[in-house]
Amino acid sequence: MWEALIQPFAEFGFMRRAMLGCIAISAGATPVGVFLMLRRMSLTGDAMAHAILPGAAVGYLVAGLSLGAMTVGGLIAGMAVALLSGFVTRVTALREDASLAAFYLISLSLGVLIVSTRGSNIDLMHVLFGTVLALDNSALILLCSITSLTLIALALLFRPLVLECADPQFLRAVSGLSAVTHFTFLALVVINLVSGFHALGTLMAVGIMIVPAAAARFWAVSIGGLICAAVAIAIISSGCGLLISYHFGLPSGPAIILVAGLAYGLSLTLGPIGSLAAPILPRRHVEA
Amino acid sequence: MTYAVAFQELTLGYDRHPAVRRLDGEVADGSLTAIVGPNGAGKSTLLKGMTGALRPLAGQVDFGTCTRNDIAYLPQQSDIDRLFPITVVDLVAVGLWSEIGGFFGLSAAHRARVDDAISAVGLTGFESRPIGSLSGGQIQRALFARLLLQDASLVLLDEPFTAIDAKTMADLLGVVRRWHGEGRTVITVLHDVETVRAYFPETLILARDLVAHGPTAEVLTAANQFRARQMCEACVGPPHDCGRDAS
Ligand SMILES: Nc1ncnc2c1ncn2[C@@H]1O[C@H](COP(=O)(O)OP(=O)(O)O)[C@@H](O)[C@H]1O
Ligand SMILES: [Mg+2]
Repeated sequence: MWEALIQPFAEFGFMRRAMLGCIAISAGATPVGVFLMLRRMSLTGDAMAHAILPGAAVGYLVAGLSLGAMTVGGLIAGMAVALLSGFVTRVTALREDASLAAFYLISLSLGVLIVSTRGSNIDLMHVLFGTVLALDNSALILLCSITSLTLIALALLFRPLVLECADPQFLRAVSGLSAVTHFTFLALVVINLVSGFHALGTLMAVGIMIVPAAAARFWAVSIGGLICAAVAIAIISSGCGLLISYHFGLPSGPAIILVAGLAYGLSLTLGPIGSLAAPILPRRHVEA
Repeated sequence: MTYAVAFQELTLGYDRHPAVRRLDGEVADGSLTAIVGPNGAGKSTLLKGMTGALRPLAGQVDFGTCTRNDIAYLPQQSDIDRLFPITVVDLVAVGLWSEIGGFFGLSAAHRARVDDAISAVGLTGFESRPIGSLSGGQIQRALFARLLLQDASLVLLDEPFTAIDAKTMADLLGVVRRWHGEGRTVITVLHDVETVRAYFPETLILARDLVAHGPTAEVLTAANQFRARQMCEACVGPPHDCGRDAS
């Protein structure tokens, strides 16, 4: 039993690299996911993930399976959609969900068009499903840099970001940081999705962002607690998912997200806060 | 006498439809003023104009003794996300924003001031409760504590006592009195005429156009209130139809 858990990591460098990559993504993308969830923007993550696709595809067409080109392409496409939809929301009558949906669907159809003109292509499957078992040094450095950048940005922006979620009117009244906070946050979503797609693919990257955050809701109340719980769930799910994919020869991205999904299911039924079982769990009565 | 804020031919509105028209007047520095008027009279619009959230269609708002950053504003409908997991302390402490900014932490002195503000509104013991677990009146108390910390020379309150029990209202009126005693200028929109008579020395009656402005005893007459109601009833429909022949 112990061997089945440790031996793959002890024996194979690629498993250790995969685990390191997953820890990096969990530490960066999952806190961003917690804020997405708290702002009721969980589906925005999904939309942004689709928006990134054409950029990554163009990057691939131009330079092949190049880390740099696909990263830059994904960043450009994601930022363009984030900025355009944010701009439209702030200056026109259209609501954020509708303007974002319009732009990401345009972006996605462009991506599908680009992909289909090149016929079917095995490498392009990497874009969709990721290559967590083949992360090289430069990819790992990229993932860790993005995570560091994200954590620094979140630390600097923590108070305005919390206020932008809890009482946006007050933030606008006391400081000019409202727009900066909003767009920086969207930028963090984009760079973390780009980071995630190298390992897990564009479709699964958003999973590691949102699913652990949703599961954490049943374990913690405070923002700090939510972030810690979500990161822990993401890292444990990554480890289990990698082992399952190793032992059963399954694709690792979906395996990781499915384990996270299992954690979500367990949290939803058995978690101490607001879950299905919460009303019948014995709770300590709080005085005063 | 110096003024805290003055209006000159001030016209405010939405989509070029005026909701407050050609308002003139000044609010004295350190005065305690009630704004009264029927629903839709433009009271909230006038406060938004003072905070700068709404740009005048014509005319201007002049600040005498204070600057725009010196304003603390409590909106009629706050868009606070009550389900967001922050505590009473978190909500109140951002009142210190102008001192601590977006990044720096609270010093021990700041913390003591936050505790003082919370106790001044009678919320001691609720510090670490999530805001989602507070009643409407308790939220309003917390928002007053935040206003206290903002330490503003001009305080704007938009219907702060609506849907609040008598005890909470009495406590919060005590806070308003305290501001007045400290020489701050306070402008409050409210409906209850008895409260206005008891607590507010100055009154401004608004019905899109100015009806009257001055000492409460002289201004808050049955005749003026009747006139305000009539002026607003005359303008059913969009604001731009308002009293076209009256003007
Ligand atoms: N955001 C808005 N957009 C368009 N019209 C508005 C808006 N807010 C208020 N109005 C209109 O402006 C007028 C004055 O509104 P308001 O200042 O809220 O009145 P009061 O606070 O005195 O009840 C009303 O006719 C109202 O319909
Ligand atoms: Mg109003």
